[in-house]
Amino acid sequence: MNDNSIIKFDGVVKRFGNVTILDSLNFNVQKGEKVTIIGPSGSGKSTVLRILMTLETINDGVIHVAGKPLWHEQKDDKLVPAGEAHLRAMRKEMGMVFQQFNLFPHMTVRRNVTEAPMQVLKLSREKAAKRAEKYLDLVGLSSHADKFPSQLSGGQQQRVAIARALAMHPNIMLFDEPTSALDPELVGEVLNVIRRLAGEHDLTMLLVTHEMQFAKQISDRVCFFDKGRIVEEGPPDQIMVAPKEDRTREFLKAFINPE
Amino acid sequence: MDWHIYSTPLLQGAWVTVQLTIYSTVLGAIFSFAFGVGKLSHNWIAKGISVFFIEVFRGTSLLVQLFWLYFALPIFGQAIGIDLRLPPVVAGTLALSLNIGAYGAEVVRGAIQAVPITQHEAARSLNFTPGQALWRIFIPQAIPEMMPTFGNLAVQNLKDTALVSLISLGDLAFRAEQIRNFTQDSTTVYTLLLLMYFGMALVLTAIMQLLERSVGRWRAGRS
Amino acid sequence: MLFGIHWDTSTSWTFAVSIFPILLRGLIVTIEATIVGFLVAAVLGLILAALKGARSRLVSWPARVVTEFLRDTPLLIQLFFLYYVLPEYGLVLPAFLTGALALGVQYSAYMSEVYRAGLESVARGQTEAAHALDLSALRTFCIIILPQAIPRIIPALGNYLVSIMKDVPVLSVVSVLEMLNVAKIIGDRTFDYMIPLSMVGGLYMILTLVASAGVRYLDTHLPKQGLPLR
Repeated sequence: MNDNSIIKFDGVVKRFGNVTILDSLNFNVQKGEKVTIIGPSGSGKSTVLRILMTLETINDGVIHVAGKPLWHEQKDDKLVPAGEAHLRAMRKEMGMVFQQFNLFPHMTVRRNVTEAPMQVLKLSREKAAKRAEKYLDLVGLSSHADKFPSQLSGGQQQRVAIARALAMHPNIMLFDEPTSALDPELVGEVLNVIRRLAGEHDLTMLLVTHEMQFAKQISDRVCFFDKGRIVEEGPPDQIMVAPKEDRTREFLKAFINPE
Repeated sequence: MDWHIYSTPLLQGAWVTVQLTIYSTVLGAIFSFAFGVGKLSHNWIAKGISVFFIEVFRGTSLLVQLFWLYFALPIFGQAIGIDLRLPPVVAGTLALSLNIGAYGAEVVRGAIQAVPITQHEAARSLNFTPGQALWRIFIPQAIPEMMPTFGNLAVQNLKDTALVSLISLGDLAFRAEQIRNFTQDSTTVYTLLLLMYFGMALVLTAIMQLLERSVGRWRAGRS
Repeated sequence: MLFGIHWDTSTSWTFAVSIFPILLRGLIVTIEATIVGFLVAAVLGLILAALKGARSRLVSWPARVVTEFLRDTPLLIQLFFLYYVLPEYGLVLPAFLTGALALGVQYSAYMSEVYRAGLESVARGQTEAAHALDLSALRTFCIIILPQAIPRIIPALGNYLVSIMKDVPVLSVVSVLEMLNVAKIIGDRTFDYMIPLSMVGGLYMILTLVASAGVRYLDTHLPKQGLPLR
């Protein structure tokens, strides 16, 4: 029993209608760990992230984030389904970057980053602006602060999305296929930002991606998901170079370039 | 027909029409948002009131609504002991704005519901409250969607202002009727009247199109 | 007394019950005016649409201006125009017909747009395919375009039918005895406007509900791809 787990899934079941997406999932992440989740589509990888970000509920099981239950709350001795107030408190731990960026199109880049700190964290305009400047600088887009998302490339928009999520100072960053919607030449600039985050910051990161080389470079641990369960997990060198399970090997075959 | 004698009252009437259009359209827009957002609300009181007003003012004729507010409301007020006699300008503005508010409410509701679910997810991930998300994120994005239909409603409103002349409000139609009664020259008066309304409608359409362009600035593509 | 029927003002309830048949007479006039106005609008709208679609600019441009003019001017004024101006040129119509004509003229502008939009929404590919199969223009129109356009046009026309019905009270200014006028006369004579006007409001809501339901029924029962031809 690792008391250092910042994320803990216990027997989590998630169903969409008749389809079971997550099948009694047990899954742990340590504080500061960088975990990449790989697997075929429909395996439940994105669902794990979406459940953590409270975008999806669960049908069974318990999830703990930073020691506190996520979709439940403690009432007297029992665990009851969480109310909105509890969910709001839990959401503070996490930030998410979406495949489709999901920037607010009617706001400038700067406003996209300052809006939540001002409205949700109640920061003053000056403090929020300072924060925005810091994170836009980190992702290399300070000079674009007054532009609208429609004026930016996909890679630039995604980098703004990362700055926007970071500005809320989450302890856990969730990346849901951050480069899958980008043209190939724009993928690198986004991966560079994520790489810098992985190196410089003491941040817990959960990454769902198909960029295998990248995953190998930055991850502490790689988990291979299939049909709602973890088939295999371990350090990237082990999983990606010498996988134990046949299914893992089958999946990775598609990504290995014959030298 | 002596133009310069009749131009003054006609222009006075036109000015009343313009003011009436502006006030009732602005008030109507406020009602549209109130009823449109109210209908989406989970609060059953807000939803009930919104649905009630939308159904009543869309389901009945504007002239019926106008006459009811002007003739029937005072009697209702007598029955419950409050003086509810509305001067023509109040009854007229209220009827026009509630009417346009009911039609506009459906436009508002539809536009808000058309905002992609990905925006809802982004708002949730950043921990906005539902109220903050609605007013700061969804409604601003919905507004450019609403503008074309609102433009049509504004012109419709301009035409409908002519009806308030029937409760003796001194707008353009009322003045023209006075002049016609005096000169008995129906053809000239009514032709002139039609042309004046046509002109005002064209100006209003142009203004609404300008407005439409300015609220949609952020939609422009890559520069 | 109106239409030969007396009303009973002893209590509000008896009053309401006694004027109901009178209001119904007005309701019938309202429905009649709606139908006639709609038919006039449908025919005039078709003519306008045809003129607007004409190849020659000399024909289509004035038609477009006329359509815009009709759409941007109040029904009330158009009605007054027809009622007072036509007789000066020798054409004296009963008030009801003048009113229905005014409704028809105003809505013909909207209808012409419905026809145009409906016809244009039938994919251009259909015309090209028909041309490739060497069908004449008339046959193309009748058996290819029209059956596909009709399911799109009818619901829109139906909605305008409901709008026309809501505009019928304007005809009261030329003394047409439709529902609102009847209620107002009762109010003028009894000083109780509230009961008659409220009842008219209620009757209108019922009419609108029925008519809208009818339009929805048509909408769901017309096959979207087009009327089937054997």
